[in-house]
Amino acid sequence: MPSLKDLKNRIASVKNTRKITKAMQMVSAAKLRRAQDAAVSARPYAERMTAVMTGLAASVGTSDSAPRLLSGTGSDQTHLLVVMTAERGLCGGFNSTIVRLARHRINELLAAGKTVKILTVGKKGREQLKREYGKLFVGHVDLTEVKRVGYENAQAIARDILGRFEAGEFDVATLYYNRFQSVISQIPTPRQIIPAQFEAEAVATAGYDYEPGEEAILADLLPRAVATQVFTALLENGASEQGARMSAMDSATRNAGEMIDKLTIQYNRSRQAAITKELIEIISGAEAL
Amino acid sequence: MAETMQFDLVSPERRLASVQAREVRIPGADGDLTAMPGHAALITTLRPGILTVVAADGGSVDYAVTGGFAEISAEGVTVLAERGLPKAEVTAALHAQLVAEARAARDAAPQNLVDDAAKLLADMEALGTHIGL
Repeated sequence: MPSLKDLKNRIASVKNTRKITKAMQMVSAAKLRRAQDAAVSARPYAERMTAVMTGLAASVGTSDSAPRLLSGTGSDQTHLLVVMTAERGLCGGFNSTIVRLARHRINELLAAGKTVKILTVGKKGREQLKREYGKLFVGHVDLTEVKRVGYENAQAIARDILGRFEAGEFDVATLYYNRFQSVISQIPTPRQIIPAQFEAEAVATAGYDYEPGEEAILADLLPRAVATQVFTALLENGASEQGARMSAMDSATRNAGEMIDKLTIQYNRSRQAAITKELIEIISGAEAL
Repeated sequence: MAETMQFDLVSPERRLASVQAREVRIPGADGDLTAMPGHAALITTLRPGILTVVAADGGSVDYAVTGGFAEISAEGVTVLAERGLPKAEVTAALHAQLVAEARAARDAAPQNLVDDAAKLLADMEALGTHIGL
């Protein structure tokens, strides 16, 4: 049975924790709005890019001279997994779900006798994967210092990936990130970026002239498309992280509230018990006289 | 034929401009071109240069773009520029930084791509001349 003093301290500390989680929830709500705005404003570019690329890929894709970024290297022996996670924790299952998905895929590939290389973006994923797959790591991108993810960050990552591809370090590259659905639901998603894959939507670009030629444009655009996809993934991930943190902190705040209620009841009961005990002692003492 | 057409300038981070335009002068990779309403559908890559938009009221706005591509159709022009900003906002310092980036790209390029990268650098330097820095 904890003493009254203990209980009192306990309640005070849980109250402090609740204040912190409440503040964190409000901060991530504000950040979430900003992240969502960023994701929305980046959409027109990504959409146009995808539309044009789909059209181009459809007309060039089958020829032998198609760029390697589109047609691939002709093998799928070496896979590069770009695992994007957050730089910070306290966001519920956000980091673990991506890592779990990536780990599943890594084991699958290793079991099939493929070579796996891992590039991580974000500290948390690195920490979780390093223990198990330390030898497979080829790089890590640190965004701790970045306050607001910009296109330059995506470009830098894309340059890194493309450089490795040029050097023949891998055949297939896949991004792992959380797709933002709503505050309570983020979906860990794999997205293959090299060789490029485009959903076969309605081709709206038919009938276009291309200047210079289709293949020259494609060669120019494919690296940009990689950067765009990385950027989209970064933004989605950013919004997802804030969403996940928001709901995690919301439930933490609620749990703290419940705990305070429970402790308060316990505190009041023990206080009452102590008072009753003292009364009994006084009364029985008086009766004995 | 329609008098004006829709013009959109889009960067990866946001939509920079969306206006009705009478004509758009585009620095295409193979040479400058002017798009007016009813232009044949065309997709062209851009070189660093000045993009001029003549609005419906006749006033024109210049943008400095550093590359990307333009999609022209009879109804409008969409320019996807990696970096695009109003000409007035390009400072000497910013331009120097862009040139330095292009130079670094040239120095880092493999031999067979040097020509392309050198052209990019030359275009980037010329951009400064056009702006009159």
